[in-house]
Amino acid sequence: MNKPLNSYRNGPDEHGHFGIFGGRFVAETLMPLILEVERAYEEAKADPEFHAELAHQLKHYVGRPSPLYFAKRLTEELGGAKIYFKRDELNHTGAHKINNCMGQILLAKRMGKKRIIAETGAGQHGVATATVCALMGLPCVVYMGATDIARQAPNVFRMKLLGAEVRAVTSGAGTLKDAMNDALRDWVTNVEDTFYIIGTAAGPHPYPAMVRDFQSIIGRETREQMMEAEGRLPDMLVACIGGGSNAIGLFHDFLDEPTVRMVAVEAGGHGLDVPNGHAASLKGGRPGVLHGNRTYLLQDDDGQILEGHSISAGLDYPGIGPEHSWLHEVGRVDYVSATDKEALDAFQLLARTEGILPALEPSHALAAVQRIAPTLSKDTLLVMNLCGRGDKDIFTVGKELGVAL
Amino acid sequence: MTSAPIQAATRIDRRFAALKQQGRGGLVTFITAGDPDHETSLALLKGLPGAGADVIELGMPFTDPMADGPAIQAAGLRALNKGARMTRTLEMVRAFRLGDDETPLVLMGYYNPIYSYGVERFLADAREAGVDGLIVVDLPPEEDGELCEPALKAGVNFIRLTTPTTDDERMPAVLANTSGFVYYVSVTGITGAGSASNAAIDEAVARLRRHTDLPLAVGFGITTPEQAAAVARVADAAVVGSAIVRQIEANLDTDGKPAAGLVENVLEFVRALAQGVRTARG
Repeated sequence: MNKPLNSYRNGPDEHGHFGIFGGRFVAETLMPLILEVERAYEEAKADPEFHAELAHQLKHYVGRPSPLYFAKRLTEELGGAKIYFKRDELNHTGAHKINNCMGQILLAKRMGKKRIIAETGAGQHGVATATVCALMGLPCVVYMGATDIARQAPNVFRMKLLGAEVRAVTSGAGTLKDAMNDALRDWVTNVEDTFYIIGTAAGPHPYPAMVRDFQSIIGRETREQMMEAEGRLPDMLVACIGGGSNAIGLFHDFLDEPTVRMVAVEAGGHGLDVPNGHAASLKGGRPGVLHGNRTYLLQDDDGQILEGHSISAGLDYPGIGPEHSWLHEVGRVDYVSATDKEALDAFQLLARTEGILPALEPSHALAAVQRIAPTLSKDTLLVMNLCGRGDKDIFTVGKELGVAL
Repeated sequence: MTSAPIQAATRIDRRFAALKQQGRGGLVTFITAGDPDHETSLALLKGLPGAGADVIELGMPFTDPMADGPAIQAAGLRALNKGARMTRTLEMVRAFRLGDDETPLVLMGYYNPIYSYGVERFLADAREAGVDGLIVVDLPPEEDGELCEPALKAGVNFIRLTTPTTDDERMPAVLANTSGFVYYVSVTGITGAGSASNAAIDEAVARLRRHTDLPLAVGFGITTPEQAAAVARVADAAVVGSAIVRQIEANLDTDGKPAAGLVENVLEFVRALAQGVRTARG
């Protein structure tokens, strides 16, 4: 069946392009392997057995479907739109990351790969990767920036408990971008036996499309659950965005629904007006090429990549998935930002009103909800992706609030 | 069989033709522009031909050199910390060309600084400065429309990397728009890591020769005059990068400033490599 021509869901093209974004900007050593991953993924996509195994693992191991929860007290507190949370923080390992890891590890096994590598920022993707590796009995190496290791100690220990080797990356500022560089360096060195599980909807084609596909279950479930709860589609979707996998996962199923507004929230750090003080690639960057794809990047006027800043290690990345760059340029999704301080306030608000500690990443989405919801009518249905739980962040939050733990 | 697109002979073509006539393999040397600072880097650049470099690769510094090992990563950061940027790199080439109109010079690096500068403007300025060719690590043939095709139109060689993972089926596509020479990356890995065995290199060179008439340069993991000589016995040139960059690093004082004699010490190392290459087929 042909896809409709007038659709936001046709990308990428055969070269991995969403408009001018995406592509395959990798060293020749990796190129044959990238093509192999693409072929294997296309085959897996067409194989009902692959889908059946993935569905089984998502249901029985990950715990899907995650609930769509009506946040009554928060709704009353903000006094506007009816706020629902897609509770992906209730997944095994505490974030949406495992949806993608499960898909990719099944693909890696299918390809006969013997070793798994991953990069991680906050550690959520690293934990999810280490988890599926333990489940499948494959050795796992996780690259993590030394700065992030210091601010995410609980996740580092979790990965080690799960049998993964965590390699500290000291190049650059020792954050997510540097971890991704070192993961790529490992991959180029071990092309024959290694599969690289990229954690976000970025990187060379087919990763942005593949990660999106594995995360799209978030949106498909949301559609079904909202129909059941309210008998109609949501009016607005809100998600935080670093690389953008939880946002594209929630949005993708709804892109062609003209009544559904979408808002993605970048990390505003100290504020967009503070040079190199934020991680808002779309609002504070411009198109460039890094980590295998063309996308919006934080960079100086010489094309050197900036480190950016966010209180949230998971959003502290100078790029963004290429599909988001395209959705930004065509205007389908509104991209806004929330500062460190706004996210911290939102974190505490949710703890008090709903008894949920959100991760600092979705706390950014919540900060936007706090701003937007009061401006909307009470019959507006708003869904926010609560994509991770905040236990990992209590030390960071404690420090910011001046509480010694 | 793939051969170079029809173009006027460049400095690269003339140099490899001359090497062939002399019956010896060449030495391709890599340094990063602006490492450890602009002046020292320019002095090194000017000294390389006299020390025996037949072709010069000049690295364009980039914050995220994901195919490079620690030595070249550090070199790029040293340069950037001292104010290196694309305009300064091109200035360095212009300054070099004032005293040397013969030695081929190839800019090597990653795409983003070029994309940021603007492809058309970059090609015009690079050509005007005296650049002969480009090696851009993250532009495989799948992305030829970005820079490779415009470069060929502008008369700048686009030198492709081939690797142990480039199989016979893929090779024609990789070589299709390659000109100047072919750079064989002899190991799957980053710069400055392990090195390939002589037997593996012999076999790879033989395989490449079945696909192309272009000169073959072999690099990655070559650190000694003996290794350079072994490569130059079968290939048209040996490429040495990280080992030279490590010599620069070894000649910095504790503050990261160039110690006395840096330029002379590094060029002495290059002379030893050149000696190895020159006597290889002897």
